[in-house]
Amino acid sequence: MKDAFGLPQSLLVLGGTSEIALATARRLIVRRTRTVWLAGRPSPALEVAADGLRTLGAEVHTVTFDALDPESHETVLGKVFAEGDVDVVLLAFGILGDQAHDEREPVSAVRVAQTNYTGAVSAGLVSARALQAQGHGSLVVLSSVAAERARRANFIYGSSKAGLDTFAQGLGDALHGTGVHVMVVRPGFVRSKMTTGLEQAPLATTPHAVATAIELGLRRRSETVWVPGSLRLVMAALRHLPRGVFRRLPF
Amino acid sequence: MSADTVPDTAPSTPLTSLTGWGRTAPTAARLIRPRTYQEAVAAVRDCGARGGIPRGLGRAYGDAAQNAGGAVLDMTGLDRIHAIDVTGGTVLCDAGVSLHRLMEVLLPLGWFVPVTPGTRHVTVGGAIGADIHGKNHHVAGSFSRHVPALELLTADGGIQTVGQDTPLFDATAGGMGLTGVILTATLRLQPVETSWMLVDTERADDLDDLMARITATDHHYPYSVAWIDLLARGSATGRAVLTRGDHAPLEALGRGTRARRDPLAFRATRLPTAPDVLPDGLLSRRTVGLFNELWFRKAPRARTGRLQTLSAFFHPLDGVPHWNRIYGRGGFVQYQFVVGHGQEEALRRIVRRVAARRCPSFLAVLKRFGDASPGWLSFPVPGWTLALDIPAGLPGLAAFLDGLDEEVAAAGGRVYLAKDSRLRPDLLAAMYPRLADFRAVRAELDPRGVFASDLSRRLGL
Repeated sequence: MKDAFGLPQSLLVLGGTSEIALATARRLIVRRTRTVWLAGRPSPALEVAADGLRTLGAEVHTVTFDALDPESHETVLGKVFAEGDVDVVLLAFGILGDQAHDEREPVSAVRVAQTNYTGAVSAGLVSARALQAQGHGSLVVLSSVAAERARRANFIYGSSKAGLDTFAQGLGDALHGTGVHVMVVRPGFVRSKMTTGLEQAPLATTPHAVATAIELGLRRRSETVWVPGSLRLVMAALRHLPRGVFRRLPF
Repeated sequence: MSADTVPDTAPSTPLTSLTGWGRTAPTAARLIRPRTYQEAVAAVRDCGARGGIPRGLGRAYGDAAQNAGGAVLDMTGLDRIHAIDVTGGTVLCDAGVSLHRLMEVLLPLGWFVPVTPGTRHVTVGGAIGADIHGKNHHVAGSFSRHVPALELLTADGGIQTVGQDTPLFDATAGGMGLTGVILTATLRLQPVETSWMLVDTERADDLDDLMARITATDHHYPYSVAWIDLLARGSATGRAVLTRGDHAPLEALGRGTRARRDPLAFRATRLPTAPDVLPDGLLSRRTVGLFNELWFRKAPRARTGRLQTLSAFFHPLDGVPHWNRIYGRGGFVQYQFVVGHGQEEALRRIVRRVAARRCPSFLAVLKRFGDASPGWLSFPVPGWTLALDIPAGLPGLAAFLDGLDEEVAAAGGRVYLAKDSRLRPDLLAAMYPRLADFRAVRAELDPRGVFASDLSRRLGL
């Protein structure tokens, strides 16, 4: 169960090698979290991540989970929920893709969309139903500032996150009053392995900062969390810029 | 799989979102309000895979009367007073009867409830389940001491009569509703001549002064409690207003006054309900500091023999319905712990830490407990207890309270489960040495885990 401060005792991470997710897990383990499920494709990285969390004192299980295989989600996630209550589900899987390459190779663009959006729709709905049955819990969905407005430099990734973001907002409304809380997290540019080699955007942030914001959002039962918080205002302004002007912005 | 082939695991009652009085950590449950014992039995038999838990008037601060995804039995529909023995001073009533109702009925007959907490709006069942204490704990002990017998609806759907000095009674008193649903209880009452209190008030300059005053003279008073200004620092750390009193005898009421004409009238003032739109952060260090300063200065340095109504003395906050809303949407946590005699130094350290931390707490109450109750999970043990309300949104509060827990546990003390919403589960066994016995009785009585609550899941009770 979550406590009065929204701190969970059990955590399920979908996308178990995500740096943001692991930073969040570490933060929560220091507080109350004792059981962590890391779901992802089997890999040495997933095991290393699990071992890292174990050293902090949590009981960590790894689960084979593939965003691109939605048919399997019900079975895979059903097994996790059958083991006991999950207080927080952190939907953290996603790929950035390579915009230039993906524009040339529509099949790889579709892979971005299928991972980030289709896979999340399936995993999100399966998790939501299980949380609803237990009458409590939070579904934390990692969206992106890129979901707010299409940018020339990453619109394939951005459009997939836009779909995910809209889906999560609607799911949050659907679950209102069921005891289940859906929180959409919109980080700006995060300095992580996903963005290595990319030019850093203004107001860049870190996985650690996103984790801090997630913990605060859980305490407040926020519906939307921007990281850094100042992005909320910046994006409110940018959203209304005429396209001709927006197009010429230097990022 | 089509919808009609899915087994109906969740009955179709709509879900209700519930919290405790602190308004933190909402979860959803099927709220069932039995009107008869048969309906209560049926509710327990049909409560489904996630079990059920009884709930009274929702005054427990934390998550003791919530059951996410399961059933919550609202017991306030079972509120009959069956029999009053006006000469012997006992009452037999349903568990859903509130202390408020009992006072309304019993005061004019010259009887008062033996133990009342800071609110009248708790049910008899809740009072036993949390084994509540009052300002008279140092002489009267906790609530369940005054309950010779009760009827318990257990997990198998049977109803057992449970008398004092039995393991099942000791598991149920303070058992947070987890041994079964209390249906009725017999309560031994306290005779009174009037519905007035004779109250002595004095101020203490700091914590040591306060503890000395309490230790020296508490045994002269059946009721005693101290309000502490936890925002005061330096040499004033722990400055307090000590309020003590007793039921006023008839001759204390002036001749020819209205009070004398109707000495046993139940008088309860009621102010407007606190609105639900108050902003978070209304209770800041500044506003609470100002309040505390005024409250302390307003109290007389020493005054004796003041007449107060029962409700003003025992339940000042009941005058403001939904006063919990003043903490805003973020809600609040109440932290109450006890440390035994000889552990005064731990108490001093905790008070200093809270004062240094500048928690905006305007409700900080210190009292001295008398003998413990035999209840296995009952909170009171002989020693000092401090309770404080703190807005839940205060940054760093989770870690701060964890630190206090460790201090409390190291001193052999414990926190109060009826108020808890955040204890680290691994400290529980140290705080409650009879926990293993409690678990054993539950395992035997309720092997399928029919009775479950958010509290029991969170702490692994």
